[in-house]
Amino acid sequence: MGPRDGVSSSELRDGPSLGEEDTMRRLERTWGTPPGLWGWLTTVDHKRIGRRYIATGFVFFLVGGVLALLMRLQLAQPENTLVGPDRYNQLFSMHGTTMMFLFAVPIMEAMAVYLVPLMVGTRNIAFPRLNAFSYWVYLFGGVMIVVAFLMNTGPETGWFSYVPLAGPEYSPGKRTDFWAQMITFTEVAALAVAVEIIVTVFKMRAPGMGLNRVPLFVWSMLVTSFMVIFAMPAVMLASSFLIMDRLVSTQFFNPAEGGDPLLWQHLFWFFGHPEVYIIFLPALGMVSSIVAAMARRPVFGHVPMVLALVATAFLGFGLWVHHMFATGLPHLASGYFTAASMMIAIPSGIQIFCWIATLWDGRPQWTVPLLFVVGFVVIFVLGGLTGVMQASVPFDLQVHDSYFVVAHFHYVLIGGAVFPLFGAFYFWFPKITGRMLGERLGRWNFWLFFIGFNVAFFPMHLLGMMGMPRRVYTYPAELGWADLNLTATLGALLVAASVALFLVNVLVSLRAGRIAGPNPWNAGTLEWATASPPPSYNFAHIPVVEGLEPLWDKAGPLGMVHGLRVEEREVLLTTVLDAHPDLREPSPRSTIWPLLSALAVTVLFIGSIFTPWALVWGAVPLAVGLVGWFWPKRRHVPPEPVVES
Amino acid sequence: MSERHFVRDLSDLPTHGHGPSNLTWWGTMGFMLIEGFAFVLAGFTYLYIMMQFRHWPPGMPPPDLTWGTLMTAALLLSLVPNVWAKRVAEASDLRGTRRAVLVMLAVGLVTLGIRGFEFTVLNALWDSNAYGSILWTILGLHTVHLLTDVGDTAVLAVLMFTRHGKDPRRMGDVTDNALYWNFVVGAWVPIYALLYLVPRFA
Ligand code: HEM
Ligand SMILES: [Cu+2]
Repeated sequence: MGPRDGVSSSELRDGPSLGEEDTMRRLERTWGTPPGLWGWLTTVDHKRIGRRYIATGFVFFLVGGVLALLMRLQLAQPENTLVGPDRYNQLFSMHGTTMMFLFAVPIMEAMAVYLVPLMVGTRNIAFPRLNAFSYWVYLFGGVMIVVAFLMNTGPETGWFSYVPLAGPEYSPGKRTDFWAQMITFTEVAALAVAVEIIVTVFKMRAPGMGLNRVPLFVWSMLVTSFMVIFAMPAVMLASSFLIMDRLVSTQFFNPAEGGDPLLWQHLFWFFGHPEVYIIFLPALGMVSSIVAAMARRPVFGHVPMVLALVATAFLGFGLWVHHMFATGLPHLASGYFTAASMMIAIPSGIQIFCWIATLWDGRPQWTVPLLFVVGFVVIFVLGGLTGVMQASVPFDLQVHDSYFVVAHFHYVLIGGAVFPLFGAFYFWFPKITGRMLGERLGRWNFWLFFIGFNVAFFPMHLLGMMGMPRRVYTYPAELGWADLNLTATLGALLVAASVALFLVNVLVSLRAGRIAGPNPWNAGTLEWATASPPPSYNFAHIPVVEGLEPLWDKAGPLGMVHGLRVEEREVLLTTVLDAHPDLREPSPRSTIWPLLSALAVTVLFIGSIFTPWALVWGAVPLAVGLVGWFWPKRRHVPPEPVVES
Repeated sequence: MSERHFVRDLSDLPTHGHGPSNLTWWGTMGFMLIEGFAFVLAGFTYLYIMMQFRHWPPGMPPPDLTWGTLMTAALLLSLVPNVWAKRVAEASDLRGTRRAVLVMLAVGLVTLGIRGFEFTVLNALWDSNAYGSILWTILGLHTVHLLTDVGDTAVLAVLMFTRHGKDPRRMGDVTDNALYWNFVVGAWVPIYALLYLVPRFA
């Protein structure tokens, strides 16, 4: 960068000698994303990418919801002919796949991409280009599977694609191959974000934010990211085995040649069970943020809360086999896994107790975010009860693969993740957009969702006990399941209406919502210390943290450090345990290469559905993309290091 | 906003460090954890499939020892120049680093050559049976890591001889690359035991 405004130095720092207005103007010029399409394609700002990650995840929620409505309409009456069996197979497979892989996990990570850097008080996420790359890979994988579905090549073997059903013999054609590559896309994206979050939390916390002062939401995302790192490789490996069995005749799952279908189940559930907690832990973190802000006091029992998160993660990995009770495991093993499944109720119980104690002790304001928290607790406890019921092997064998199971996991997933997520939307919308979401529409949104959800899913418990199996496209009238099914469909329509209201609320509030100001809820964590929406550089000066809720702990203005460059992108690194200032680290500017690399990855992954040689020729553009990404582009080596764009 | 309460000046902090004070070090560790765990799971799959068979390897000889053992020796020996590369980079010795990167590139190409021969003497095809499938997959997975690191080394080698070689951040790139090579070697030793020794002695 050449001399500017008479001050000639890329060395210029923030601090007492540089006026506040001038600092902010320079920081904006350094950190801002260029306007227009080019800026949009090249940005590496965690807030812009986080926003679009959230919006994309929400679109996939709507897609999954429309598929669910189609299923519910088909099941509303016996012997209905709205969709046939083949289409229905694709509907439930695509619904489960979309909700789990394209909505739930990504949107939780997306919230973290937006919030974690703000909550730890830094200027951008660690590895911002990887972050952009992750988003594009996720987007392209999601679009790919939707297009495949629209072309009648959607997944058809359920969201967990059991072999042999998903193997070459029973699922000919390309449907399952698209499913398997969708897994690869989404897991690459998820793993990248997990690494970014871990490194951001470890190395980029504001000075003074020792590990004992890390907010609970950040803790939950840290633990979740570690779970992602250990869970996702299992499903990537499994789906690679599957696609190789299908495309190049490996024999992993073929018993005639020494393979074993149960290998699929082990690998899949080694991922699939933790997956539920990967969705659930961030939601717990969100709840903690909301509860603390609304009760106006820190969450009761900070340390037990953190330990409960960690314990849940460990138990989450010990439990995969409980999905396989029906496969005839040895008795002792069953007993162990039954006990372990029930044990997971303990950390959840501790957390719920701590929240109630917090609200009890505080002066709770019953705003919409808090309503969603209450909805979460009620629904989740019910889901937990039916879960503990299933943890008993004899009962599980009874209701295995029935609508009882469908009811149970929707109570857990929607109660445990979607309700907190909506609470989080209401809570952080003002930070992200600068405007409040409407409170009155919000209450309608909540009650319609809460009532509609129970009307939709409670009857499914009964249907399950009456023997209705899951994944059937219709049923004969004589079985007497019609009324309960119709009720469930009406409930689903109520939920749809509620989500529509939410969208209306968002659109109206974006234009005419009340202006939020930096801290509309008077909350205590750092994201509320900056403007809403935050400027491109997040904080004009890096804040210093002296307690768990920095904005509450200090009577006067927050202390800050200074001395970071303002004409170059620079972030502060601190030590892992105590967050002592350690290094000034350059941070990348906008760049097109992550997008190009993601396109190359897309060509490689989709090509490999059709020919294994794509792995060879597809590697060439990918290598070009990566070299372009890392190759230095400046003419002069600057006096202090910079990262290439 | 308007009130500024500065408590400390950080202008004197260094702009690069070595090892765990670096972001890239942590990033590399993160990806090594992911890939390492993928290797572990692949290893478990190997043992799981082994339990499905009465004889192991099922009705075919185990992979010939020659090339695999040569590979193990080559990789272990490569640790010497690799440590050297890391040292000279940490000492910001540009000429030494240039030479070390070239040596590591040559080492990488030699191991790739050996790997090519390894594939010819496995005595099983990927589609013969589940044993062949996991054998080829694990070896393939490790080869992808080899290729990645050799590719990275090649790019670094070119870079070191351009004017960008003088940027202090390049030295950090070289140490990270050396770290990753350690991982490629470290992953190989148990894989060698699994693919070459278990079928003979277990
Ligand atoms: C909001 C309204 C929703 C409705 C009305 C709904 C409805 C349904 C129905 C009827 C099925 C069973 C299909 C069958 O077995 O024949 C199903 C399956 C499933 N749903 Fe939902 N669902 C909703 C939301 C969600 C959400 C938010 C998630 C995840 C976060 C989710 C995850 C799943 C999964 C994983 C399956 C299993 C798919 C399979 O069998 O492979 N659903 N859903
Ligand atoms: Cu489970």
